Amino acid sequence: MGIADRLIEDVGLRRGVSRLTPEIIEKTVNAVISGETGARLKAYAETCMRCGLCAQACHFSLSHPGDPSYTPAGKVQQTMSVLLKTGGRVDPDFIYGMAQLAYTECNLCRRCVHYCPIGIDTGYIMSTVRRICHKLGVTPQYIQDTAHSHSATFNQMWVKDDEWTDTLMWQEDEARDEFPDIRIPLDKEGADIYYSVIAPEPKFRTQLIYQAAAIMHMAGVDWTMPSEPGWDNSDMCMFTGDFEMMGRLKRKHFESAQKLKVKRIVMGECGHAFRSIYDMGNRAVGWKMPPVPVIHSIEFFWELMQQGKIKLVKKYPGPVTVHDPCNVVRGRGLHEKLRELVNFLVEGGIVETASNREHNLCCTAGGGVINCGPPFKNVRVAGSKAKAEELRATGVKTIVAPCHNCHGGLEDTVHSYKLGMEIKFLGDIIYECMEKPEV
Amino acid sequence: MNAAYQFVTGPLAWAAWGIFLLGSAYRLISMYQLAKAKDPTAIAYMSWHFSLRSIINWLIPFNALGWRKSPAMTIATFAFHACLFLTPIFLVAHVLLWDQAFGVSYATIPDGAADIMTLVVIAACLYFAGRRLVQPEVRYITTPQDWLALIIVLAPFLTGFLAYHQAIDYDAMIILHVVAGEIMLAAIPFTRLSHMVFAVFTRAYMGSEFGGVRHARDW
Repeated sequence: MGIADRLIEDVGLRRGVSRLTPEIIEKTVNAVISGETGARLKAYAETCMRCGLCAQACHFSLSHPGDPSYTPAGKVQQTMSVLLKTGGRVDPDFIYGMAQLAYTECNLCRRCVHYCPIGIDTGYIMSTVRRICHKLGVTPQYIQDTAHSHSATFNQMWVKDDEWTDTLMWQEDEARDEFPDIRIPLDKEGADIYYSVIAPEPKFRTQLIYQAAAIMHMAGVDWTMPSEPGWDNSDMCMFTGDFEMMGRLKRKHFESAQKLKVKRIVMGECGHAFRSIYDMGNRAVGWKMPPVPVIHSIEFFWELMQQGKIKLVKKYPGPVTVHDPCNVVRGRGLHEKLRELVNFLVEGGIVETASNREHNLCCTAGGGVINCGPPFKNVRVAGSKAKAEELRATGVKTIVAPCHNCHGGLEDTVHSYKLGMEIKFLGDIIYECMEKPEV
Repeated sequence: MNAAYQFVTGPLAWAAWGIFLLGSAYRLISMYQLAKAKDPTAIAYMSWHFSLRSIINWLIPFNALGWRKSPAMTIATFAFHACLFLTPIFLVAHVLLWDQAFGVSYATIPDGAADIMTLVVIAACLYFAGRRLVQPEVRYITTPQDWLALIIVLAPFLTGFLAYHQAIDYDAMIILHVVAGEIMLAAIPFTRLSHMVFAVFTRAYMGSEFGGVRHARDW
C-alpha cells in the first residue's frame, strides 16, 4: 500500500530520475532542508502526533476509503518523513514515487487545516517536497512545459507578444457586433482597474475575455489591459517548486501594473493565480502584501452588484450549487460574497454541497494537478469521487465555479461520474443575463 | 528503600524539573531563532488577535470541523488532556510534597475524583493505543516515537494508580511512580511530547495566516 504500488509512467519524471545519483539526491535534499526551511518544517515534523484526524479531510482519502496512503499524514509519511529520517539518503526510484505523489495526489487545497488540532500545514510540506523535486529536475512533463513557458515568455501558454495584443483586438472587434462602442483599452495610464488574466484565456478560452470586456463596458468601468508581458497572472512555477521564477513572474506582473499607475488589479476567475499574487508570489519577492491592491473577480463583481452597476434583464434559471475554489475561499474568505452574488444572479437560489464555504471539498484539479496532464487524469478523476457524490446529492443541474482549474477538473468529474451538470463561471452568467444594447 | 525514595524525590526530582524547564526554554529559544533566520515570510504575519482566535476556537470541543468528524477521538482527547494536567497538579499527595519541600500549599481535588481522573487518563491511553493498532489510517503513520510518547505518559498514571491502591509492593511502586513522572517531565522537550511546548505556536501561526491574510476560519 503506497505510492510505489501505483507508479505511472511520465516522460518528465522518468528522464529526471534517470539523471540522479544518490549523492546528488542527498546534497539537494539537504540544501533545501537546511537552506530553505526552518522552524516551520521542524515543528510540523516533530509535533505531528500521528493521530490520523486528517484522514477525513482529504478528498483523495475520502475517495479511497481504507487506503491510508492517500491521507495527508500518510502522504507526508511517504515523502518528507522519509527524507528527514534518512537525511536524504534515498535512491532515485524513491524520488520518482515522491514526485508523483507530491505533484499529482495533493492539490495543496489546505482542507486538512480544518482537521489538525496542532495546526500543521500539509500543503506547505508538500510544496517543500515539490521544491526538492524541482531542484532535482524531477517534474511531470506537462506542468514543466508550462513552467518553461513562464520562464521564456512570462506567460504560461507560449503566447507570443503579438498574439496577445492581436487576441485582445480580435475580441474587441468581435464584441462590436453586440456592443458597437466597446473598447478593450490597452496600456491606459492611471486607469481604475488593471484587468489581468491567465494565459489559457487568450489561448483557448477567449470568450472569457470577451465576456469580461462586455461586463466592464456595460458597468462603465475605467479599465485597461497591458500590452506587454506581465499580463499573465498565472503561475505554474509556484506549483512545480520553481520559486525563483514564481518571484520573477509576480514582480513582472506588479511592475506592469505599477508602470500603468493603476489603482487596483482585478483578476479573472482564477484560483491558483490569486494564491500566487496574493499569498505566495508576493512574499517570494519580499512584498508582505501585494504592492498594488489585488481583488478577485468574485469581489469585483460583488462590488459592481452593490453599486448597482450590473443590470440584469433576467435571472439565470436555477437552483444552482456553488463550488468554492480553495484559493479564494480558504485563501481569501470570499465565500459569502460569492453566495450573495449568486443569489442576485440566479432564480431559485443555491443548494449547498454537504461540505461548503471554507470546508469545501477540492475539485481535485488545483495545485497544478490537472496541469500534470493526461498521464495522471485517471488518478485525478478517481480522487474526485467524494466531490462527485456531494455534487450529485444536490440534485441541481448547474455548478457555479469561479475558477479555471476547478472548471477543468469538474468537467472531467461531471463527465466521468455521469452527473449531467453544467459548469458556469460568474462571468458566463452575468454576461448571459445582463442588459445589452439594442443593436 | 528510604534512601532510594529520598534520592528520587530529591536530586532526581531537581534534575527532572531542570531538564524539563531548561530544556523547554532551550527548545523554544532555539526554535524562535531558527524561525527568525529562516522563516521571515511566516513570522511577519503573526498576529495576537488571530492567534488567540484560532487557539480558543480549537479549545472548544466539537467546534472545529476535525473535532466534529471524529467525536470519540474528541471526547478522548479533551478528557485525556484535562485529566493529564489537573490530576498531578491538584492531587493532595502532590500538594503535600510541595508543602513539605517549599511550604507552598494550594487547592486540591478529592482523592476519589483524582482516582477517576487517573482512570480516564489510563483509559484514553488504551484508546489511543487501540487506534494505533486497529485504525488503518493511524496504524499507517504510527512510528516508534509515538509509542514511546504514549508509554511515557501512561507510566506515571498507571504506577500512581497501583501505588495509591497499594495493589503491589507499595514502597517499590511509589518509587517507580516518582521515576515515571520524572521521566515524563524530562521527556517533554525532547520527544513527541514537545507538542506541549510547540503546538500553541503552530496553531497561532496557522490562525494568523488564516485570519490576517486569508480572511477565513481555520477550524
